[in-house]
Amino acid sequence: MKEYDFIQPAHLDVLKEIGNIGAGHAATSLSALLGKTIEMSVPEARVIPFQDLPDRMGGSENEIAAIYARIHGDTPGSVYFFSDVSHSESLIQQLTGRPVYGTDRSSLNDYATSAYLETGNIVIGSFLSAFADLTSLTVSRDVPDLSIDMAGAIISHGLSQLLIQSDVAIFIETQMKIDGEKTSRNFGSILLLFDPETFDVLFQSLGVNIDE
Amino acid sequence: MNKVITIGMAEIAYSELSQPLRTSGLGSCVGVIIYQEGSNHAGMAHIMLPSASISTKKVHKIGKFADVAIPELTSELVRRGASTYRLKAKIAGGAQMFASSGNEMMRVGERNVVAVKEQLNQLNISLVAEDTGGTNGRTILFDPKTQALTIRTVHLGTKVI
Repeated sequence: MKEYDFIQPAHLDVLKEIGNIGAGHAATSLSALLGKTIEMSVPEARVIPFQDLPDRMGGSENEIAAIYARIHGDTPGSVYFFSDVSHSESLIQQLTGRPVYGTDRSSLNDYATSAYLETGNIVIGSFLSAFADLTSLTVSRDVPDLSIDMAGAIISHGLSQLLIQSDVAIFIETQMKIDGEKTSRNFGSILLLFDPETFDVLFQSLGVNIDE
Repeated sequence: MNKVITIGMAEIAYSELSQPLRTSGLGSCVGVIIYQEGSNHAGMAHIMLPSASISTKKVHKIGKFADVAIPELTSELVRRGASTYRLKAKIAGGAQMFASSGNEMMRVGERNVVAVKEQLNQLNISLVAEDTGGTNGRTILFDPKTQALTIRTVHLGTKVI
């Protein structure tokens, strides 16, 4: 992991704090939407070989429902809101008050699809606006889109820009769940991936030194 | 039953004793199998990007770029005793997982497929079968004994090419 030798625990702590505040805002929005309390995990910020990312999403072939948006501006990157398919079904039920029969995109009706997409949109939007406030950086995002498929296939989409220059990924991840629900895994995770060239900009604006 | 050899993202592996080759979760990535009919020679790469020329970094994982991975895969098969002029290829992948990512840079799947075909063409390796494009992720398994490539998707079931 030589490429990111300059990343110290202090840098990762700063990223964790960003994850904490960003996800806090996202959880508040989601909680307002659902009328339920949302719990969130302590965020993780780590530098890992990119090929280990699918394992963090339940394995390369694990079926997930993911909302993706490309980030533009001062810190280009990728952002995902994703859940295991079974948990996305329960989330959609909570949102729409209607049962869901399978999450094949064709069997999932437009109403359920747009409910889930809108949830992801709100979560990603509040996360990024908190990120922008905290860092005083300008970030914008594309219109988010939904894919229900294998985790490996979904993550490779967001990795494609990053991999041009790097074999490692730096990410911030926070998991959320509805308070009191008995789920062993989260129902929703926010995953933020940075393009390698963004670190100078990011840490500079946060007043953290990079000694290369 | 032979143990299956699993290939991760941006990796290349070879089948020595007819072990099946497998890679999972191909999205915009392309799985490339190069093999020699009537022999045990077969190798697979999990290619993620079209060309190393866009990178300023020198060292990458060997299977990442089409223009590095395919020449490497071919020359290693030849080094292992395969004959260049009898090599054939099957490919799968190159999907666009998110429909809204319309801009040129993000259409990686499409560009990967083009780059892979260009490389195969340059090396005179005939492309026997392909399952590319679309919007679905794929898991693929190649059996060197039958040279069948089995492709599994979440929404469209399984097929063999």
